[in-house]
Amino acid sequence: MKEPLNIIITGVGGQGNVLASQVLSSAAAQAGYRVAVGETFGVSQRGGSVMSHVRISLTRPYGPLIPKGRAHIVAGFEPLETLRVLLEYANPETVVIMNNRPNYPLGCLSGEQKYPDPRDIEKAAGKLTPRLHLLSATELAKEAGSPLAANMVMTGALAGSRLLPFGREHFTGVIETLFQDPVRELNLRAFELGLYQMNK
Amino acid sequence: MSIAGVCLEKPGTKVALTGNEAIARGALEAGVAYAASYPGSPTAEVLGTLSRLAGNFKLYAEWSVNEKVAMEGAAAASFAGLRSLVVMKADGLNVALDFAGALAISGCRGGMVIVLGDDPNAHSSVREEDSRNLCKAIHLPVLEPSSVQEALEMTREAFSLSEDLKLPVVVRCVTRVCHASGDVELGELNRPLPVPDFTRDNRVITFGIQLHALQEQKLARAAEWACHSGFNSYTGPENPERLVIACGPCYMHALEALDMLAATGVGVLKLGVTWPLPHQLLLKYLRNASEVVFAEEVEPFVEDNVTSLAAMQIPRGIKFYGKRSGHVAGPAGPGIGELDPDILASSLAGIFGVKYETPGVSGRAEALELLGEKMPDRELAFCAGCPHRASFWAVRAALELDGRGGIVLGDIGCYTLGMARTGYNLLQTVHCMGAGIGLAGGMANLSRFGFDRPIVTLVGDSTFYHAAIPALINARYHNSSFLCVVLDNETTAMTGHQPHPGRSVTAMGEPARTVRMEELLQGVGLPYVVQDPYDVEATIDVVCNMLGQEGPRVLILRRTCVLAAVRGKQKARVYVDQEKCIGDSCGCGRFCSRVFACPANVWDAAGGKARIDEAVCNGCGVCASLCPQGAIVVERAVL
Repeated sequence: MKEPLNIIITGVGGQGNVLASQVLSSAAAQAGYRVAVGETFGVSQRGGSVMSHVRISLTRPYGPLIPKGRAHIVAGFEPLETLRVLLEYANPETVVIMNNRPNYPLGCLSGEQKYPDPRDIEKAAGKLTPRLHLLSATELAKEAGSPLAANMVMTGALAGSRLLPFGREHFTGVIETLFQDPVRELNLRAFELGLYQMNK
Repeated sequence: MSIAGVCLEKPGTKVALTGNEAIARGALEAGVAYAASYPGSPTAEVLGTLSRLAGNFKLYAEWSVNEKVAMEGAAAASFAGLRSLVVMKADGLNVALDFAGALAISGCRGGMVIVLGDDPNAHSSVREEDSRNLCKAIHLPVLEPSSVQEALEMTREAFSLSEDLKLPVVVRCVTRVCHASGDVELGELNRPLPVPDFTRDNRVITFGIQLHALQEQKLARAAEWACHSGFNSYTGPENPERLVIACGPCYMHALEALDMLAATGVGVLKLGVTWPLPHQLLLKYLRNASEVVFAEEVEPFVEDNVTSLAAMQIPRGIKFYGKRSGHVAGPAGPGIGELDPDILASSLAGIFGVKYETPGVSGRAEALELLGEKMPDRELAFCAGCPHRASFWAVRAALELDGRGGIVLGDIGCYTLGMARTGYNLLQTVHCMGAGIGLAGGMANLSRFGFDRPIVTLVGDSTFYHAAIPALINARYHNSSFLCVVLDNETTAMTGHQPHPGRSVTAMGEPARTVRMEELLQGVGLPYVVQDPYDVEATIDVVCNMLGQEGPRVLILRRTCVLAAVRGKQKARVYVDQEKCIGDSCGCGRFCSRVFACPANVWDAAGGKARIDEAVCNGCGVCASLCPQGAIVVERAVL
């Protein structure tokens, strides 16, 4: 494992990124690792960009912010936000897991700005880092029962990426304690779908 | 990061907690008996956590009406010998400052800790106030945690220090600690049986300059304590020539920046006690240093105080690098915004005369070309279905119908976003809690000089209780003519749905005697109307009608915050009937997605018609009432 292992989870307020980073970091802590998480959300429950920095280490504690260009894994819940993070934090080795479902900013809805063609976003991400995994996380979440569970599909994909030093059981353990039925069942289903997609 | 971790009985165990949870845990380990707060980011979750554990720990926890009342309540518990905690964001200290300044002179009895949440970069604030300068002004000791673990330990130890000094102690926590998470080692929980005692013999009085002298003695003792406190620590060569003095999360950033530069031989002095400064400890490391760099947020607080100390105590010159010299600066300039490992690495590289290059991607230019000239911004927006959107729409429409150039003054809450596109850029003033009403009164009083525009001021329900009442009394007393619109979403939404006096439940979940807004207005003698903003047409009528009236008057637009309303419930399904939507040939100018600007109303470019994003929509159905074609269908959930 890289020391520290730097993971960025990014998306739009309301997509449940913070919850995903909580599941990931609790799983890491339960597996015996040191964790530091920095959440950048501000007032972004209200539709702004949200970014969580998760740092997993063995030897010493780290600060909550990942330096530029030093992300090992980026889990992007929204294509445009993924690109934004890649431009600042990625390097050619960075592994990217990206949900392909756009969430349009007001400036794009109003027509003043243009949301890039999803195919161009995909191509651009590929130019930045060759290790790109695309996922229809929102569609998979609908399959699991609710589009809102896309965060757990993405968490499942992270667990299935084989890049983390601990196994899925640590994730499912956290999900089981964090939620109550029926949300627990929904989230576990969504998690499994994400995990399966990555291992397929 | 869970309530279970906060109340875990196993000392020595490591659990992952947020900074705010760690503060709560620290207070529980210290045996806190009374906790009070008004919610504000970044510290809102401290009392949220304690209130959920109140029954279990037999402590008292309240969401107070405002920060001053919270601090007074906590001080009373301290006067009666109990350990008490009061939590607020930096702006809250401004509200509480009158009392805080007096309390700092009278002193306290039981350990009393003031947790201040500063927000460098103003992530969730209107400004990035550095509260340390105020703490210095009123003579309170300040501890600054650099990590989640330290947030726990400092909160716990601050109670003992406070009891020892008979002075409240501040734990100043910035967003990067409050909203961070990390693994922390738990200490022992402490469940004392609180025995409050305040007899006729007890006196806690702020009067005279003798107490000022005593206050200075307390600070001198605190400085002495600080010199030996483990919260200040040093790593590096014994007599460093190059020294970094860092506090808060900047300490972690500085260690990482030095790693990134592979810089060796640099001493790092971490200050956990930033007021009063540990003079002897500082002098020990300054004595041989030739270059000293400061890493702190936001203002050059430690920097100014250390350079002043050096000017008096060290006869030779030291080169100081920081915000004053301009060497430690982020993109917005020295003393503005947060620091991070990158900013410190490039600042230190400049000071030490070495090179640092950020690793990065290679295909940047090609990628940017594919994305077009500019990546779209992601501006803040009211949530899909937010009642404020409907309220702002109605106020805007009514002002246009009224046609007299009415002005709109604002305030602090979710609806502050109404200064931006999501609120149709309606707000013309935004300052602090309750300011919109005082400003509206002042504007109205200009009528005697011929100022005759209609005046509207918008205020939220929690802000109404917190800070609006005196300004409303003043308006009634002086017959200042304006329309106050209360955007009543029946919760403190911005900070995470904390209850307030208009609710029927307390922080601890006990039933409360609701303070009804209507009764308060009746008491002040102000006329009011209550209206549901989701009924947009009726709301426009009411606003139009009230704009034409004279004197101070109030319109309550009441509708529960949509996030609270849909929690755990089946949402209504809203969709666009693709037969009825006639796209751009309608002439509505893509009203739902472009003009009304709800993020759930999207435009399907391929089909040339409107669509609802079901992953975003909260099912309020307001857009359906506004669509000129009646093309939007609302299917209410069958319960």
